[in-house]
Order: sequence, then C-alpha cells, then structure tokens
Amino acid sequence: MTQDLIVYLLFMSYAIAFMVGLATIFTWVERKQSAIMADRIGANRAYIRIPYTQVKLTCMGLFHGLADGAKMLLKENFTPTTYDSFCYNLAPWLAATPVLLVFAVVPFGGVLMPGHLFDAGLLRDYFGDRAYAMQVANLDAGVLIMLSISGVGILGIMLAGWSSNNKFSMLGSARAASQMISYEVVMGLALISLVVTFGTLDIGQMVRLQSGQMFGFLPAWGIFKQPLAFILFLTAAIAENKRVPFDLPECESELVSGYFTEYTAMKMGLFMLSEFITIVVASALLVTLFLGGCNLPYLNDAGFLFPGGSRIALPHLAVVLLQLFTFLVKVFVAGCFMVQIRWTLPRFRYDQLLNFGWKILMPLAAVNLVLTALMRWFTLRMI
Amino acid sequence: MRKQYWNEPEMGLWERLYLPEVIRGLCITGGVFFGNMFKWMTFRKGALTAYYPEERRADYSPVNRGRHILTQRPNGKVQCVSCNMCATVCPAYCIEIESGVDFDDPAHPKSPVRFELDYSRCIFCGFCVEACPEDAIRMSPETPDLPGFDRENMWARQDLLMNWCPTRDTLKSYEEPPAHDQEGH
Repeated sequence: MTQDLIVYLLFMSYAIAFMVGLATIFTWVERKQSAIMADRIGANRAYIRIPYTQVKLTCMGLFHGLADGAKMLLKENFTPTTYDSFCYNLAPWLAATPVLLVFAVVPFGGVLMPGHLFDAGLLRDYFGDRAYAMQVANLDAGVLIMLSISGVGILGIMLAGWSSNNKFSMLGSARAASQMISYEVVMGLALISLVVTFGTLDIGQMVRLQSGQMFGFLPAWGIFKQPLAFILFLTAAIAENKRVPFDLPECESELVSGYFTEYTAMKMGLFMLSEFITIVVASALLVTLFLGGCNLPYLNDAGFLFPGGSRIALPHLAVVLLQLFTFLVKVFVAGCFMVQIRWTLPRFRYDQLLNFGWKILMPLAAVNLVLTALMRWFTLRMI
Repeated sequence: MRKQYWNEPEMGLWERLYLPEVIRGLCITGGVFFGNMFKWMTFRKGALTAYYPEERRADYSPVNRGRHILTQRPNGKVQCVSCNMCATVCPAYCIEIESGVDFDDPAHPKSPVRFELDYSRCIFCGFCVEACPEDAIRMSPETPDLPGFDRENMWARQDLLMNWCPTRDTLKSYEEPPAHDQEGH
C-alpha cells in the first residue's frame, strides 16, 4: 500500500510539474516563435542579474514567464463594485481545475517497475516486482472521463462572464459556451471513431495498441489509422482551447478581452495559465491518442528491436527515461504546431465559426464514424 | 441597378476546401520560421529589428536631425548669446537657458551659464536651429543617447552639448581671422 502511495504521489507531482512547467515554457515559445516568424527578435529584456556583478542573464527571454507571474502576483487585485462576489471568485478556479484534472487520465510513460530500476539495493527489496502504468489515474473509461471533465471547463467561463456584470464578459462567455458545446460534439464523434478502431475506452490500452508497426514500416499510430479523425480532433482541440482562429470568446478587437475583462492580477493570470495548460493538455491528448503516446518506433520494454532482427537491449531505467523523454518531446512539438497555427490563420467570423462546426466538421465526423464502424464490422466478420 | 465598385471574391473549389489553404499558409509561415531559425542557429541575425540601445541603425540620412550641438568660438567659449529665441520657438518647450554676464569679454558680454535641453520632450523639429541668429545651435545626424530609466537623466546639459569648435573641425581647416575681427567688430 505504502509503495503504491509513494509511486502515485511521484506520478502526481510529475504530472503537475509537467503541465505547469511546459505551460510556462509555452508562454516563451509563443512569444519567440511568433517573433521569429515575423522577422522580429521577440521578448528578451527580462533578466536576472548575478549578485554583485553586472552580468545579466537573459537566457533568450525565458525569464519573461517568471516576470509575468511576479507581475500578476504583485498587481492590485481590483474587483468591480457590482458583482456576484462568490461566483466571481470561484470562476477562475472552476476554469483552471478541470484542465488540470484531464491530464490525470493521460499516460505519460510506459510501465514503471520501481524495483527493477537498479540491479540491487533498497528499491529492489522495497518494491519487489510491482509494476505501475505511468498514469495518475489508470481508469478503464479514460476517454469518457476526459470528455466529461473537459466539458466542465465551460462552467467556469460562463460563471466568469455572468458574475462580472459586464456586457463584454457576458458576450464572451455566451460565445465561449456555444463554441465549446458545438466543438465538443465534433471532438466526441472523432474520438468515438477512434474508440471503434481500437476497441477500447482505456487510454493506457490505446497507447499500448499503438506500439507496433503497420504494414511493416509505419508506426501503428492513431494518425495513420484515423487521419480524418486526427484533423477533426486537432481542430476541435484548438477550438476548445479558444485560441486563434477560434478565439471568438476573447477576441481583443471586438470584446476587449472577453469573459475575463473584469479580472485582474492573479485571477486573470489563472485564466491565462489555464489557457496555456490547455495547450499542454490538448497536445498531450493529441499525442496520446494519435501520435503513439510514449511509443518510439521499434522500442519495446526490453529495448530496441529493429525489423532486420537486430536488437539493442536497454536496462529498465533507460527505457523509462526514454519513454518519458519521448512523450515530453512529442507534446512539445505538437504544442509548437498549435502555436504555429495560432500565428498563421486569421480569426473566423462568428457565424462562420458555428457553420464550420455544425455544417462541415460535424457531418465529416459522422461520416468518418460510419465508415470506421463499417470497416470494423467487416474486419470482425472476416475474422 | 447600382454600379458595383468591388470585386467579388474569387474562390475556386481548392480555396473553398480550406484545408489545402491552411497547409499553404502553414508552409509560408513555417518556411519563414525555419529560415530565420537557421540564421539564428548559424550565429547570424534572423530579424530586421535593430536591437536599439546596444545597436544603432547605420542607415540614417546624412541630414538627419539628431543630437544638438552648441557651437563654440575659436577660443572655446560658447557662441550662444542667450537671446532665448530657440527656447521661444521651441514647440515642445524643452530648452531652458539661464543667462549670465561676463564683462571681461566686451564683444559678447551675455552668454548662458546654464543651457539645458530635455530630450524626453524634444521632438527634433529643428526650429531652434532655424531660429538661432548666431549659428550657435546645430543638429548632428547621430541619435542622442536617449534610453534611460528616469526623466532626470534625459536632460542634456551645456557640457554635453558643446562639442563643436571651429579650431577642432576635421572637415574644414581653421583660418585665423584678421586681428580686428577677433575683437568682434
């Protein structure tokens, strides 16, 4: 029991550090990537001076995230005079918590056997042969949990818009609500076709099913099995994330800053942080469901096994570290891709947004689901 | 029927499909990104930005109106007679002059003891140069050392401004004027 507790506490701290750390890095990535795309240098003025010297460390602007955090913590916590105080204070937490919770079902590595990390010693005696899937909550209905929890996120945004007593906030949250509901349908349908393909709702099981090869050369990732579902899920994930081209709820040119117009200091910072954590979580989901999770081609629990028959045996520690690192790099690259999309595409008009969601993406997702189901039915019949 | 002054947007099926155009846009931005990234990684500059206080643009016009100069007489005394015309014409009210008197120099008894210019307010219009009857204030093409953390340090004082003397001009050699001219007649 104690062993389980220790391992899961470790998993939880890793998950939280993963999300918050990557979210902070993504604030930097967003600034720098957009700057480099636009022939600019980007934010690089925040520095930490080594005490008693004139050496200023800028680290290519990495400290701007820290400076932002410090600024938000030190700012005046202004509250509007006429507002529903309870809901107003509750809203940022309600918006940020579900985002953190979704990551609980995402496996960020393969199987960890703490006793086998080192050849001998205390760990070996203490943990024995226990094996843990590297995942905070190993649920067999992970996909459903993921969809339902991410659906809760809209509550915080609606509360924020409602309790701010501001027309801009109200409009922003109304837009956010209708947008997130319509794109959640698309996301759900895209996921169902994936569930039909893999035949399981367990996200960990899905990742394990993506470990082999297809046709001998392609990695058996979800993107190759369900390319259309991948595009639909990516679109829906960006829309859920409320980022350009789907940033209608907070578009500056129309709604000041949408549903968090009336929020200041760290309450506003919580909304911003949850937005950047959403990038991390969305790319983690994308990686988990479509890009093979922590799987590297030809890597299994014993080491690399290449098609020619040659193999490189790796110790358990190396495999675990490699899987963690693979997942991290994949999530980072997927997030960078989302940032690239954000700085490439112009914003939709609101009617275009809903038309796009209901009239194009929805039917496509439905057609994809039907085709997948037929394929699945025929393959099962043949077996 | 009303005349239509605009063009109908022409979108073929390919553009209407949206996804190919998204990919095209991503290729454009990605191309610029990786091009610039390659420049940065090979230790070249991948941006058009001049990194301002550390780095100055080299392409200023030779007649750029930049930092002010208070000219000097051949003996090193300031040429300004503190007539206050520049301070009067200045639209930004950024010149402050405090006059003093020097009876030992009967030709130019009046001169500024304090000539200060607030670069946080100066708009570089050059009116002071136009207004000056004595050719005592000029503008050099280089930019003043503007960036600072407080306004107090953005004042240019007389000792900073007085940096042109005819005897030290490298472009034009100085010829001693006739003796009677030196006394100011």
